[in-house]
Amino acid sequence: MDLKILLEQVPDGDGTWLMSLASGLKYTMIVAALAWIIAFVLGSILGVMRTTENKWAVRLGNAYVEIFRNVPLLVQFFVWFFVLPNLFVSTKHLVNSLDPLTYQLGASVLCLGTFTAARIAEQVRAGIQSLPRGQRDAGYAMGLSQAQTYRYILLPVAYRIIIPPMTSELMNLIKNTALGYSIGLVELFFRTREMGEMTFRYYEAFTAATVAYVVIAMIANRAMAVIEKRTAIPGFISGASAGGGH
Amino acid sequence: MNNLDFAFLANASTLGYLWKGLQYNFQLTVVAAAGGVIWGTLLALARLSSNKGLSLVASGYVNLMRSIPLLLVVFWFYFLSPVLIQWVTHADRPPQIGADRSAYVTFILFEGAYFCEIMRAGIQSIPRGQVGAAYAVGLNYWQAMRYVILPQAFRNMLPVLLTQTIILFQDTSLVSLLNVTDFIGASSKLGQSTGHLVEVYTFAAPIYFLICFALSLGVKRLQKKIAIIR
Repeated sequence: MDLKILLEQVPDGDGTWLMSLASGLKYTMIVAALAWIIAFVLGSILGVMRTTENKWAVRLGNAYVEIFRNVPLLVQFFVWFFVLPNLFVSTKHLVNSLDPLTYQLGASVLCLGTFTAARIAEQVRAGIQSLPRGQRDAGYAMGLSQAQTYRYILLPVAYRIIIPPMTSELMNLIKNTALGYSIGLVELFFRTREMGEMTFRYYEAFTAATVAYVVIAMIANRAMAVIEKRTAIPGFISGASAGGGH
Repeated sequence: MNNLDFAFLANASTLGYLWKGLQYNFQLTVVAAAGGVIWGTLLALARLSSNKGLSLVASGYVNLMRSIPLLLVVFWFYFLSPVLIQWVTHADRPPQIGADRSAYVTFILFEGAYFCEIMRAGIQSIPRGQVGAAYAVGLNYWQAMRYVILPQAFRNMLPVLLTQTIILFQDTSLVSLLNVTDFIGASSKLGQSTGHLVEVYTFAAPIYFLICFALSLGVKRLQKKIAIIR
């Protein structure tokens, strides 16, 4: 193991292997950030839908979660990259006009965003349903509409309760960006493999990537812990445990 | 809407090729789940051990496995498996094993970290008094675990273990990125050789869905059944 290889120049590239890995890390973070926005918004809507009294909203929300949870993420990447754009003539023209990187980025963000949304929907639903029914009834009794009850009574507490499992979901999302490699996205894992293939220094390349992923996971964990502390309601113990999965 | 042509799929040798791939996924899942639960249980016992060093090593291992992408782990063990096997068997040189075999090592060691957390929760769900009671009737540590704690922990956690096994089944699709001909690997190869990439993935995704959905319904039913007995 000789980590000096990281400071050697990339053949036909402008920079060291370390910079190549850093550029991969940049795309990993961009994809994770954009996908998290989609996942959070869509997941919250779906999660709320599943706790309403509207039968069809519940069914639609449940169907979404079941579909996205029961197909391997790798297959979902292939569907977003190979299948969906080629189903319609107009989308085919659209993706053909894009440069490859934009196409790969877009497919990865949509794929990871919609996949993670299903998992967040599950957490949001569990968070809302963990609240005593009396809170919802109290909201209605005070004359709040259903939307107002969610906005001012249920969601502020539910979101705080689910911060620990949401931390796991954020960390899962960051790890899952590595699958962008399967459609050629130049994220951290792609650059790691590339370095291994071109220099035959697999141990060094993979060690560097492992350290990078562990550091990101630790930072994400700390950041969420800070948010949890800042938003804590005095007198409440939020103790929902983190689930499995990846 | 473009025209999709599924006709090329409808012959025995093509379907047989995909079926063989799917069988590999099932085999890998069963072996890795069994091995992973055993390895995970040992890790859980180590994490809960009063021996500080042992519990530190185990939790370090589990946290490391859980904070890096599975894809990275799959490639790590693809390189390391021959070395590990040589170390265990004291062979003269690292055995030549393909990615399809190294995947067994990978998934047992990786999923073990997730099964460990499940088994740890299961063991901790057993009232402390039971351990004391087991010692009081004269059982030693291993006997108490074997006859009193683990059977209950295992039963309480069975639905969670099975749900994790469904995730494991989905995760086994990653071996296709090491060029292994599992179900999705076979689909990719078929799609590339016939030029019907869109069709094969349109075919593969619903199949995965049906298998995993059926399995998860089964787990839900089992969960209800266990809940009544308890």
